[in-house]
Amino acid sequence: MINIEIDGKLVETARGSTVMDAAHKAGVYIPHFCYHKKLSIAASCRMCLVEVEKAPKPLPACATPASDGMKVHTHSEMAVKAQKGVMEFLLINHPLDCPICDQGGECQLQDIAMGYGGGKSRYEEEKRAVVAKDVGVLISTNEMSRCIQCTRCVRFGQEIAGQMELGMINRSELAQITSFVNSTVNSELSGNMIDLCPVGALTSKPFRYTARAWELSRRKTVSPHDSVGANLAVHTKDNKVVRAVAVENEAVNECWISDKDRFSYEGLNSAERLTRPMIKQDSKWIEVEWAAALEYVANGLKQISRGAGAQHIASLATPHSTLEELYLLQKLMRGVGSSNVDFRLRQSDFSADGKQAGAPWLGMPIAELSNRDRYLVVGSFLRKDHPLLAQRIRQAVKAGASANVVHSADDDLLMPVANKAIVAPGDLVATLAQILIAVAVEKEVALSAELQKAVAGVKTSDTSVAIAKSMVSGKQGAVLLGNFAQQHPQAAQIALLAEQIAVLCEAKFGFLGEAANSVGGFVAGAVPFAGGVHGMNAAQMIESPRKAYLLLNVEPELDMQNPQAAISAMKAADMVVCLSAYKHNGMDYADVMLPIAPFTESSGTFVNTEGRVQSFKGAVKPLGDARPAWKVLRVLGNLLDVSGFNFDTSEAVRDEALSTGSMAEKLNNQIAAEIPLNLLLQRGEAQPGGLQRVADVPIYAADAVVRRATALQQTQDAAMPVATLHSSEMQKLGLSSGDSVKVTQGTGSVQLTVAADDKLPAGTMRVAAGHAATAALGAMFGTLIVERA
Amino acid sequence: MLSTNIQDQINRELKKYPVDQRQSAVMSALRFVQDEKGWIATDDMGDIAVFLGMPQMAVYEVATFYHMYNLKPMGKTTLTVCTNLSCTLCGVEDTVAYLTAKLGIGFGEVTADGKYGMREGECMGACKDAPIMSINNKKLCGRLTPAKIDQILAELDKS
Repeated sequence: MINIEIDGKLVETARGSTVMDAAHKAGVYIPHFCYHKKLSIAASCRMCLVEVEKAPKPLPACATPASDGMKVHTHSEMAVKAQKGVMEFLLINHPLDCPICDQGGECQLQDIAMGYGGGKSRYEEEKRAVVAKDVGVLISTNEMSRCIQCTRCVRFGQEIAGQMELGMINRSELAQITSFVNSTVNSELSGNMIDLCPVGALTSKPFRYTARAWELSRRKTVSPHDSVGANLAVHTKDNKVVRAVAVENEAVNECWISDKDRFSYEGLNSAERLTRPMIKQDSKWIEVEWAAALEYVANGLKQISRGAGAQHIASLATPHSTLEELYLLQKLMRGVGSSNVDFRLRQSDFSADGKQAGAPWLGMPIAELSNRDRYLVVGSFLRKDHPLLAQRIRQAVKAGASANVVHSADDDLLMPVANKAIVAPGDLVATLAQILIAVAVEKEVALSAELQKAVAGVKTSDTSVAIAKSMVSGKQGAVLLGNFAQQHPQAAQIALLAEQIAVLCEAKFGFLGEAANSVGGFVAGAVPFAGGVHGMNAAQMIESPRKAYLLLNVEPELDMQNPQAAISAMKAADMVVCLSAYKHNGMDYADVMLPIAPFTESSGTFVNTEGRVQSFKGAVKPLGDARPAWKVLRVLGNLLDVSGFNFDTSEAVRDEALSTGSMAEKLNNQIAAEIPLNLLLQRGEAQPGGLQRVADVPIYAADAVVRRATALQQTQDAAMPVATLHSSEMQKLGLSSGDSVKVTQGTGSVQLTVAADDKLPAGTMRVAAGHAATAALGAMFGTLIVERA
Repeated sequence: MLSTNIQDQINRELKKYPVDQRQSAVMSALRFVQDEKGWIATDDMGDIAVFLGMPQMAVYEVATFYHMYNLKPMGKTTLTVCTNLSCTLCGVEDTVAYLTAKLGIGFGEVTADGKYGMREGECMGACKDAPIMSINNKKLCGRLTPAKIDQILAELDKS
C-alpha cells in the first residue's frame, strides 16, 4: 500500500492503482468520460486531467499510476484550466442538440459541461457531421455526430461482450464509431453500450423519443428472465413501463444486464395483454367480473375433486413466476388434496426427485463464478441461456482460467475454450463417464465399487483425457450443468457423474438455473415431492392426462418439454384455467382466462441461482382488471375453503414461504446415489432412419414476456428457427442448405428450412424448442424424421 | 477467399511475429490484397480477419485508418497526388488541374476506361521534388510539370 494526497486528503491505495482509483477511494470526484471501472484504460477523452505536484503538465488521472507521496490537485488553477480546455475541445464538434436529444437530462457530457466547462466556445467554424448508419433494431446510431470518441462501446464489445462489433474507423476529424460494412450489432449484451455511452450517440431504438428523462419515475425491480436475477430499474411514465436500465449490484449483475432484461419491457405493453377475466361458454369467450370467474373456477375444481378425485387436478407454473405465486399455488393444490404441482416444465428426467438433498443451485455465489480457474460446462447454450454468467466466465478465461465444454452443439462462446467434447445427446452420459475415469486416473484415486461397476468397459478418448487433465490441473474448478443437461432425459445421471467429477477435482458443482425462480420454485415447495404425499411431476401430469389443469403463466405449447403431448392433454381436459398476463393459444382449449399482472405490476420475490432472495414492488398499476397472481390464488384458496390463506401482503406470503430454515440449508446439489447407476451406459440412440434432436430454447423465446417484445423479436437471435445438421448427414439425405424439409417427431410435423452446421455431431439435427414454428413437434429430446418437403 | 499467393505472402509475414500475435500481420495482409487486386473489398477484409483470427471490425479500422488502402476500385493505375504544404507551395493545384483536364477525373474518381484513378495524398517525405505524386503507391514521380505528366502517362499507356 502507498499513501497519496488528493486535494489535501491523505489516502492509502494499492500499489499499481491509478490516481483515479485513489480519488475514488478518497471520495474525490474527477470528471471523466472514457474511463470506466470495468473497462480497460483508454485515456482518450482527457477530461480527467489533474495537477500532480512536480509534474510539468496536467496528467490524466485514469492512466497515471499512483506513487508514494504523490500530491494531486483536482481543483488547482492548472487542473481547472485543463478541464475547461478539454471541455471546449470536446464540444467543438458536438452538435449541442440537447433539447431534442434522448440523453438530455441524464447526459454525462451535459452534466460535466455544466460543472467544469467554460460556458462559452470560441469555435465558430463548421462542425463535422457523421452520416447515420443502421446497426440493428436495438441501438440507434442516428446521431453519431454527438460522439466524443471515448470508445467505451468499442472496449465493451472487445472486453465484456467478447465480440468487437463496433469500432472506430478513419482517423482524426473523420474518425467515427460504426459497425463493420453492412453489419449489425448482434451481441446479447449490446444494450449495455447505450448505458455506457456518456453522450447521446448510442440511444435505445425502442425508447427513442418516447419520454424525457425527468418525466420518468424510477422503480427498482428484478429481472424475471434468466436465473441471475439482474437488478433493474424500470422507468415509467403515465402508468406504463417505457424502459429498463441496469442497477449496479456487484454481487449479481455487476453493472450489466442482458438485452433480454433491458428490452423485454416492450412485451409488458403488448396488445396481446389479457385485461379482463373471461369464461368460455358455448365455445365463445365472454368477459366476466372477477367474482364470477373465480366462483366458476372454484366450483369447477370442487366438482372434479368430488367426482374424479383431487388427484385429477394438476397445476403447472413457469419458473418465471414469483416465489409468492409458486408458494400459494402449491399450498392451494395441497389444500384441495392434490400434490400435482410442478414448475420444471422443460425437465424430462425426474428420477432424482426426492433424492436431492436440497434445491439445485449454482453451488457458489455468482461472484465466485468470476474467479474459478477451471470450468467444465456441461450441456449449456451458455451465451444465450445465461448471458451474464457467460460474461463472468469469459472474464475469468481472459485472466488465465481454462474453460472445457461437453455439449451437443458447438456455438461460439466468444472465449477461448481449452477442450470441447461435442457429442450427440445420447452420448453425453458416456462422455462424462469417460471424463470421470480419466480424472480418477489423473488423480490416482479409485472410484467407489459401485461407480466402477457402472463405468466398467468405458474407454476414454483423447478429448476426455484432455478435459480431465485440464480440470485436475486447477485449484478452484467449477463443474456446471446448463439447461440442456437439466432438460436431458438422463439428467439425473449427468448430474451424478458431474458431481463425482467435481468431488474428485475438488471443484464446485453447480446447476446454472434455467429461469429467474428455478431455485425459488424448490424453496416454495412447488414440486410434487415437497409435501408428505408425492404427486405427479410435470411430465406425468401430461403423460396421464388430468381432468383439470391450473396453468400459472404457462403456454403449454411453448413452455413444456413435450408441447405435442401437452396440447393433447389440455384439449382432453374437462377444465383448463389459465392464469396469464396474455391472451395466448390456450384460448383454444382453456375454459377460464384469468388476467394476472406481470412482474412490473405486482410485488414479488425471485430467488436467483445462487439462492439470493430478491423482493421487489410493483412499478405500475396492473393493466385493466389484471390482478397480481398471488392475490388471485389467495382468493381461490378462500373460495375453496383452504385454511391458512389470509394473507394481506405478498411480504406475508414470502415470509411464510421462507419461514422454515435458512436459505443456506435449503440449497444442496447432492444427490443420494440410489439412482440406478447401471443405467449409466445406456446410450441414447435415435430410432432407425432418424436423427437425435438437439433442442435449444432461443434466447428471445424463453418466456411469455420476451416473446412479445417487438424489438427483440426482430433481432437475429429471434430469427425463424432453421433445422441444422452436419453436411455429411445432409448428403446422406440428399439435401442441400436452403432446402425446405418436413420434420416429423411423434405425431406431428413441421416444415423448416435446413442449413448445414458442421460443428454438430453426426446423427443429430438441431431444431429449436419454445417457438411457435416447432410447437407441433414432440419432446426436446427424441428422434426426428426428416423428409424433403 | 484469399488467393494462395496472398496466403503464402501472409504466412511468410507471420514468421516475423510471435505465434499468438497473428494480427500483427494485418497491414501487410491488406497490402498484399491491394497489390494483387488493386483494391480491398469488404469480403477481403472479412477473409483477412478469419485468416488472422481477429475481429473483422478491427481489420476495417486499420484499412480505414491508413489512406493508402483503396477500399473501392481505383483503376488499373492509382495516381496519388500529395497536397500537403510543400507541394502546395510548389503549385500542386496546377498539377491537379492539369491531371483533371487530361484524364477527366477528380480526386476519388476513376476514368471511364478504368485505367486511371486519382487520390489525394499526404506528404511522401520527398519535398525536395515537390509537387509529387505516387504511382500505385510504389513509384514516386516528382517535379511534375505538364510535359512530365504527359510523358509519364504516355509510358503508362504503353504498359
